[in-house]
Order: sequence, then structure tokens, then C-alpha cells
Amino acid sequence: MAYFQTEALSVGYHGKTLIHDIDFALEKGKILTLIGPNGAGKSTILKSLTRHLQKISGNVYVQGEEVYRWSPRSRATHLAVVLTDRIAPELMTCRELVAMGRYPHTNAIGRLTPRDEEKVNEALALVDALELAERDFTTLSDGQRQRILLARAICQDTEVIVLDEPTAYLDIRYKVEFLEILRRLAREKGVTILLSLHEIDLASKFSDVLMCVKGDTISQIGAPEEVLRGDAANRLYDMQRGSYNPALGSVELSRPEGAPRVFVLGGGGWGIPVYRQLQRRQIPFCTGILFENDVDFAVGGSLAAQVISAPAFEPIPQQTLDCAWERVREIGTLLHSGCPIGSLNSSLAVLLDRAAGAGLPILHSVQDLP
Amino acid sequence: MNKKAFSVLAVAAALLLLLALGLILNANIGSVSIPASEVFRLLWQGLCLRVRSWLWPGQYAEAAESFFSGSTEARILFSIRLPRVLLAAILGGALAVSGFLLQAFFRNPIAGPFVLGISSGAKMLVSITLIFFAANISSFHSTTMILAAFAGSLLITGVVLLFAQRVSNMSMLLVIGIMVSYLCGAVTDFCITFADEYNIANLTGWSMGSFSGASWSAVGYSAALCFFCLGCAMLLSKPIGAYALGEGYAQSMGIHVKAFRVCLILLSSLLSACVTAFAGPISFVGIAIPHITRSLIKTSRPALVIPISFLCGAVFCVYCDLLARTAFAPTELAISTVTSVFGAPVVISMMVRRKESG
Repeated sequence: MAYFQTEALSVGYHGKTLIHDIDFALEKGKILTLIGPNGAGKSTILKSLTRHLQKISGNVYVQGEEVYRWSPRSRATHLAVVLTDRIAPELMTCRELVAMGRYPHTNAIGRLTPRDEEKVNEALALVDALELAERDFTTLSDGQRQRILLARAICQDTEVIVLDEPTAYLDIRYKVEFLEILRRLAREKGVTILLSLHEIDLASKFSDVLMCVKGDTISQIGAPEEVLRGDAANRLYDMQRGSYNPALGSVELSRPEGAPRVFVLGGGGWGIPVYRQLQRRQIPFCTGILFENDVDFAVGGSLAAQVISAPAFEPIPQQTLDCAWERVREIGTLLHSGCPIGSLNSSLAVLLDRAAGAGLPILHSVQDLP
Repeated sequence: MNKKAFSVLAVAAALLLLLALGLILNANIGSVSIPASEVFRLLWQGLCLRVRSWLWPGQYAEAAESFFSGSTEARILFSIRLPRVLLAAILGGALAVSGFLLQAFFRNPIAGPFVLGISSGAKMLVSITLIFFAANISSFHSTTMILAAFAGSLLITGVVLLFAQRVSNMSMLLVIGIMVSYLCGAVTDFCITFADEYNIANLTGWSMGSFSGASWSAVGYSAALCFFCLGCAMLLSKPIGAYALGEGYAQSMGIHVKAFRVCLILLSSLLSACVTAFAGPISFVGIAIPHITRSLIKTSRPALVIPISFLCGAVFCVYCDLLARTAFAPTELAISTVTSVFGAPVVISMMVRRKESG
């Protein structure tokens, strides 16, 4: 049996099943991330794993022990949590709050032994918050609060930590720092971590296992590379507009609708800012001629009405050039993104020459478009 | 860390000094003024005689008897002022701790010991007893009244506990407490409709509270109950601290939240029921004192706040009672009149400051 495992787990509220047949197994020291649309039940699943919510049926095992058979104390020594609850304890310093994590380990009146103090300092150091120790918790920023709450969970000295959307209120820097701390916990201390995230790009980069929650069941579970292949993310979130690119981890807004009004010469990443400006102004466009391993190809594919592309690592074939020229003539306007033109993509120079010869306008910025 | 511990100790020492001074002043001041030296002498003699008559009952019983009922000073000190000031101290402390426990329960510093309707329950049963069952009770501090008030408080506690098992939402419980208060108020008003003026005056007097009915047996009973509850509250200080982080975290640290909540309500109710029974509902002590305590010692660690709140409440009530007794002597003010004058501004400043900080 795996370290953390569920068996035909059904969860929900008030005896009504929301999500059924949750089956997964997680090795010790791995990170599992739940992703899925809002209201899909990520929190419901996590809360049922930690028994903050009564499960409907099925089993949850940690090291072969059924979590629901644990006494409150033994649960506290096995499982620590970081919740979404906004808390505002009065007149409590961060050190005192972190020390609360020692609760299941201290005596009846909660006296901290030197060993407990050491654990508190260790946890504060691990989340890089030693300088916050004597500050009042309520005076902290969201990013600092999350770090302190994580330190509290670390201090509880459990082998499993469950976090419900821990990065929700954090800016990008704190998000990355927070997730790095979790990775370090998993790697150095062998802590098994289960969490839910909204940031699908970060989730795919930092998790060992991704679990997609959608509808009334788990739609997919596995390594991020397998789970997010192709347009799986778009389907998971039912994205009607916009798209998620698994290779780049980038999210693009919706493709402008209608007949293309401009042909963008792109390549080597020069096209991306132009595409995004055109998207903001909702101007449909074609782009080319892009090698299929180009970043412009990845983003252009999500935003352009049509992409004229050529196989990578080869000179552009004549017939691709002709096809591109056909499109340029139809559209009647050429926009040069400024990408360098070298020996492999010399076809772009040919396109520019032909356009100039035919008297078509050649623009250098989106602002020049009528 | 040491600096903090030192400041807490300093606050505790200052409060103890104030309490001692308050006890002396209370013994000292009144219609018959007893000089401080005389107070000490009488206390010492009384104590010696008590101890001796306890050790050798036959030999000293008579001497003790004649001493305690001997001089006017001794009679006033031992049968009126001393029990009264001790009762004020014990019940004041009890009220502060009761308020603190409910504040911990609601995680809201503006909750008081009577928000769950305990005082109105007591008032209901007192009014029923006064008006229907004991039309000719002379003193409203008789044993019957005390028992009625205590039973009323516990009755409401029972109702609230019943609901506390069912609703998980705290604000819901607060609303239930308020509604129960209204219900009890309605019953009280119903009784008043059929009461004569003498009883209405009595009931009004009772509901404003007073320590004037103090007796040694009242001191004994309330001390036993209050110190027992205080001890229990101290034992709960570890989970109370963790509960400040919210139910979710409390549960994840191994607290049996439901049982813990029942314990909090039960302890707080026992304390305020005791106060209500022996002195009537006394306003503002329960809300203001825990707040003053927290701002004095600048921490909310329950193991420190509980005992110091008790001390602080005792000091507050001892001095308020002194004022109630002496400000307009020979007319005595109701204790709530005095505690409100000092307590209400504290609560207002609390609200304002909370708003400022977010």
C-alpha cells in the first residue's frame, strides 16, 4: 500500500455526494496538487482527507492506517493543515502562533520545552520569517501571514501537510517563494504534501502528481506532463475563450474573430508582443512563416486566425513561401515584427520584396494599422 | 521574553496591592468609621479566635462568640462589611472570567457574560417566584431568591447548550441567545402585569444588582463554586489559546471542538449564574475587564489573562461597591449604576479602536 492512499472515497456535504470514486496513491515525500474549475470540489476533497468534513463513504489511509479511525490527538500528530480561514487572533505574536503548532506535543498546560522552542525557531527559519517572530500576527501582509501559517503547520511535526489554496492572496513573488518552501519540505524532510492551486501553470511545474477535479469525479490523475498534454487544460476548465499552453505554461486570451486584417511576419519570439497587442485591439490576423519549434508558433497558434508554418531545422520550402504570399496578397497589409532574417528564414525577405513590389503597405508597429 | 514576564508580574503585584487597599478601605469607610489600625486589630483577634475555637472547640467557643457579637465595630466588620467586600471581590472576578470565556467562545472581544440570555433567564424565574409563589418574602436576597436566580440561569444555559449541539454557526447561537432573552423578557413582563408595586420595586432593585445581601454563607458558596470554575478555566487555557485560531485549526491540533465548546459555555454560565444569584446581573464588568486586562499585560495568552482578569475584576468591583455604598450615603446606589458609568466608556473606546485597526 502506498504512503497516502484513498479507496473509492466519496465526499460531499450533508450526506449528499458531490464527488465519488476518488482513488489515488501517493508516495512519501511527494507533492500532489488538485486543480480544477471553481466550485469543482477541490476544498471538499481536501477537507474530507483531513476530516474537517465527514466523508460519505470509502477510506483514506496514511501508512496503512485509516484516517477516520484516528483519535483527535493522533490525527494532530499525523496531519497538519493550512486552511483558507481568515484568522485574526488578538494580541498574538507570530512566535506564539507558530508555537501553537506544538499543541499535540506539549503537556496539559501547553508549556514549551527547549526542544519545542527549537522546533519553533527551525520552522520560522525554514519559511524565512525569523525577523517576523515578535510581530503581531494581525499586522502582517497576506504573504507574510501565509508563511507564518505554514510555519505553524511545519512546527506540528507531521509527515503530511494539507494546504487549501495556500497561494490565493499572494503576489507572484510570494507564490513562487511559498511553493519553493513546500518543495524543500518535501525534498529535505520527506513531508508528503497535498494542496489545491488555482495557478495551473505553477501547479504543472511544481507538483509530482496532478489531480484534475471536474464534474462529479476525478477526471485525470498523474504526472503533470501526462495530465496536461495537448488541450487537456482547456477541457478541464471548459475554456470557451482563451487557452492554456502546456509547453509554455502561458495563458492566452481569446482569439480575435473575423477575417484577418493583417499578416504578421514573426519568429524567434518577436511576434508574441505584436500578437498580444492585436488581441487587445481585437484585430484578427495571420502570421508566418514560423518554424514549428518557435515560441511564436506556440502563442500564434492560440491567437492567430491562421499560422503559416514550416518544419523546424530545415530551410522553408518554396511551396510554403508561395502559400504565405497568397495570404499576404489576399489580406493586403503586412506587419513586420522586426524579427531578424537569416539564412534559414530568408523567405521572409522574399515576402517583404514582393509586397513592396506589389505596392502593399508594410507596417512596423500595430499603431500604424488603420 | 523576560521583559514581558516582568511586566505581567508587575501588573499582578499592582492589582494585588490595589485589592488589599480596597479591602481595607471598604472595611474602614461607612456610616460608622473604623480606623485602619482598629480594622487590623479586630481582624487579627478574630482570626486568632477562629483558629483557636476550631482547634479547641470547647474552650474558646464562648470567647469567640462574645468577641464577634461584642463591640459595635466588631459586629459591623464581621457580619456586614467583611462578607460584603469579599463577596464583591469574588463575584467581580467571576464575572470577568465568565466574560473572558464567552469572548473566547465567540472569538469576539465585545461578547459579555450575559449575551446568551443568562440574566434574563434568572430574572424570569426570580419574578415568577417573587410574584406567584412567595408573595410575602421580605428580603429579595433570601435563599429562595438565590435559588430561583441560579435555577433560571442554568435553565437558559441548558436551552443554549441544546442549540449549540445543533447549530455550528456562532452568530446563529448569538441570535438564539438574544431570542431566548426576549422570550424570558416576555414572561417576566407578563408576571409584572399581575404584580403589586412592592414586588415590582423589589424586582427592579434585584435586576440592578447589589452586594448588600452578603453573608458568610454566600461568601462560602460563591467562593467554592467560583474557584472551582476558575481552576477548570485554567485547565482549559491551552485549548482556549488554540481555539483563537478558529475551529478548523483547533480541530487539526487535536481539540474535540464540540466538547470544548460545551465546556466553555458551561463554565462561563456557572460563573455568571453564581453572580446573578448572589448579587443580581451586574453590567459591563464581564465585557470591559478582560479587555482592560489584555491591554494591561499586552498578550492574550489565556493562562495569564484568566487569573489576571479575575484579580482585575475583583479590584474593579470592590472599588465600585465602595462608591455605590458611600457616594450618596446613606442612600445606596445599585452596583450596575456604578459599573456602567465606568464600564460603558471602556466598551465604546474598544469599539472605536477596533474599527480603526480594521
